[in-house]
Amino acid sequence: MQAFRDFWRRYRRKTSAVIGLVLLLFVFLVAFVGPWIVPGDPWDMATMPFLWPGTNAEFPLGSDTLGRDILTGIIHGSRVSLLIGFAATLAALGLGVTVGALAGYFRGWIDDVLMRITEIFQTVPTFLLAVVLVAIFKPSMTTIVLAISAVTWPSIARLVRAEFLSLREREFVQSCVVIGMGETRIIFRQILPNCLPPIIVMSSVMVASAILTESGLSFLGLGDPNLMSWGTMIGIGRDAMRTAWYMSALPGVAILITVLALNLVGEGLNDALNPRLKNH
Amino acid sequence: MTMATESVGAGAARRASRERLARYLARRFGQAAITLIAIVILNFVILHLAPGDAIDVLAGESGGAGPEYLAQMRKSYGLDQPIYVQMVQYLWNVAQLNFGFSFRNNVSVLELIMSRLPATLLLMIASILLSFTAGVLLGVFAARRVNTFADNAVSVLALLCYATPLFWFGLMAIVLFTVKLGWLPGNGMYTIAANFNWFEATIDVLRHLALPALSLALFHMAVYTRLMRASMLEIYGLDYIRTARAKGLSQRRIAFRHVLPNAILPMVTMLGLQVGALLGGAVLVETVFGWPGLGRLAFDAILQRDHNLLIGILLFSSALVIVANLITDLVYAMLDPRIEVA
Repeated sequence: MQAFRDFWRRYRRKTSAVIGLVLLLFVFLVAFVGPWIVPGDPWDMATMPFLWPGTNAEFPLGSDTLGRDILTGIIHGSRVSLLIGFAATLAALGLGVTVGALAGYFRGWIDDVLMRITEIFQTVPTFLLAVVLVAIFKPSMTTIVLAISAVTWPSIARLVRAEFLSLREREFVQSCVVIGMGETRIIFRQILPNCLPPIIVMSSVMVASAILTESGLSFLGLGDPNLMSWGTMIGIGRDAMRTAWYMSALPGVAILITVLALNLVGEGLNDALNPRLKNH
Repeated sequence: MTMATESVGAGAARRASRERLARYLARRFGQAAITLIAIVILNFVILHLAPGDAIDVLAGESGGAGPEYLAQMRKSYGLDQPIYVQMVQYLWNVAQLNFGFSFRNNVSVLELIMSRLPATLLLMIASILLSFTAGVLLGVFAARRVNTFADNAVSVLALLCYATPLFWFGLMAIVLFTVKLGWLPGNGMYTIAANFNWFEATIDVLRHLALPALSLALFHMAVYTRLMRASMLEIYGLDYIRTARAKGLSQRRIAFRHVLPNAILPMVTMLGLQVGALLGGAVLVETVFGWPGLGRLAFDAILQRDHNLLIGILLFSSALVIVANLITDLVYAMLDPRIEVA
């Protein structure tokens, strides 16, 4: 508890970090509570098409080319974005941490092989690889999550490997070896908890970039066909851009706010978790 | 006499360093070749994990492929052979630059890619130049006014650029600059059926280039701004800058002659990394602006379910990234004499 209070004291020192947290909590609130306040299917034709925002109190954000309510769409989009963002990051963490820990702990040929593989995934243009994976394995929630995690795990692997390389030389690890502790235990119970701060910081940025990637995929028509996502909405609005630009503008603002919030929180966490680092 | 010995020494040192550079290059080329082969294998694995056999994925859905073509492809990919034979066959095809045929477009994949490459290269070079220059200038600007209002404004701008989906920015730029203001064209690469001389034609392409290049540059502009600012501030804290201050040099001279050249070095590594991200971003930006490059080709391939073409574009783009990384490493090694290339 005391540790958390210390952490919070350091976190709240930076105004931008607090703003980011407030924005993020707001997005979460929309995602969790929104569907109860604004019920309805985002695909339903709720009113007349091309209704501008602010002209009808019942549909405050207007309607799209087929009369679907934009507010309902944005609320459902928040669920899709957060779900895909967090699921993809979790999957990438699982793979990245495993690869990084094995490479950094065992070094030698295991390290060489794993890092060569990591390098390959870092060379291939990531968004293009995600596009190819989703297109070939058919767009769905699962394939999108897996494709995004398939292109994001290398950065986690590199980070964890670097941490492991330096931590395994420390005295506390040496003493674990001396008292005969098993390798699995040393890796998961001793070293891994010590690399958590940088992993947490990187994760928040990864959720942000996963949300951006998902929006790009669904804008290209590679979104889950059953889910109304922000990228899909921008794609729909694109057809009517010259006359009704608000259809693309509004979901874009939603993405901007969410990604900005996650980046600000990531920076705040970085400053709060690494108090030794000088803040430029 | 002393001068002669010195020059002999310098000559030997230069020869040695040239030899080291050659060895380094040979090793980097070797590594690059291995990476390229591994990427081809990765593509092979993707094709084999996909539902249906590789030919279903490659051609079955692209439509228009006749049964005799499918039979011929099954044979050329050796699908009746064991998996490792298939892989060697696939590698051999790619090594001969045989990426297959696009039935939708009725030309070979390689020909399609080559016809779209110049437009993408132009777009990429423009956005690299734009993001690098703007990033360096903004970074220097912010670092010289650290913790002032101007510095914070630059930071906020960078944060916003980080968080903006680039395709959305492109759409909004079209709304503002093309639809509302009518300043710049928002579609295509040149005005169709215009009777331009070469000068007018160049201006025409540049006007079409402005918005897509800006959209693609935005994200990395923010990356370079933050990197440059941090890098400048780090160097401002070094002893030799204090010496320069003590000598009474002007702030401007210190910033541009003493800090900037050293601060810019770490950014060169980013340039190589940027190429991969730009090729991905080009899919979105070229789709938004109807820019006739590789990205737009990839989008068309998605729409037409032409997976053969899509895989070809992925392979080709990866090769471009490898070449770009080689060039960056080389430039870095030549720029920074402290780097041990051996």
